[in-house]
Amino acid sequence: MGAIDPAVIGTELPARTVDVERGRLRSFASAIGETDPVYSDVAAAQAAGHADLPVPPTFFFGLGLGRGAADFAWLEDLGVDLRHVLHGEQSFTYHAVAHAGDTLTLAPKVTDVFAKRGGALQFLVRETAVRRADGSPVADLKETIVVRDPGAGR
Amino acid sequence: MTAALTEVEVGTELPPLELAPITRTTLALFGPASGDLNPIHLDIDVARSAGLDDVFAHGMLSMAYLGRLLTNWVPQDRIRTFAVRFAAITPVHARPTCTGRVVSLDQVDGERRAGLELSVTLADGTTTLLGTATVALP
Repeated sequence: MGAIDPAVIGTELPARTVDVERGRLRSFASAIGETDPVYSDVAAAQAAGHADLPVPPTFFFGLGLGRGAADFAWLEDLGVDLRHVLHGEQSFTYHAVAHAGDTLTLAPKVTDVFAKRGGALQFLVRETAVRRADGSPVADLKETIVVRDPGAGR
Repeated sequence: MTAALTEVEVGTELPPLELAPITRTTLALFGPASGDLNPIHLDIDVARSAGLDDVFAHGMLSMAYLGRLLTNWVPQDRIRTFAVRFAAITPVHARPTCTGRVVSLDQVDGERRAGLELSVTLADGTTTLLGTATVALP
């Protein structure tokens, strides 16, 4: 692939509004071997002071995903071959704990593009704000994607 | 050494979290549950077409394990920030261990916060994730 056009910086990607579901939180807890009942048992969550099952710290990453190829259309649009993509860095800043039953909106934006090793590695940074319907902030995500270009000169 | 949250000091270590080996079933369950459906983690044909011998685990699976390390230690509403760099891929059958250590104590926004250094290391010694977190202390 060629170089990713830096003009993409600042592009807002389509926002997604998602209902947080108990079933998916339980599946996530099970898949990561979570043993704390707060993350799967509503009574245990409520006993710990939660309104419902809490959204665990990293769940926001995939909250707006799960549609298969459509999840990666934004990369394809930039000319990126998904097979050459690695997740480089991921960060979360938390403002409030979200729970099952919440409706959250994820608003992603491309915030940086740069290259290293003469273009053999390209980096894409995407930041996503997660908010409730009333606009109150829940979390801010920052994701750095590394695109390997096996054909680039070095 | 582990300590109650009121006795945290620089150098305090979080109780480590040792995971069972990551199976293909783990990846098949984590993909749909997390929403991360990149086929490179699920479909060996796609992995081979990218020049790899096999699929490998989602980076976010290991970050979720680190999340368990944190929420085992503090109630989740005390976590202020959580960040990682993915340093190496995690092969199928790898056995990760999550560790964390307090490296700073600060007063921020009217609360006492601990800065943590985090890592995920495989049984063969490979460090796969390096991270940081800040948590509010009581």
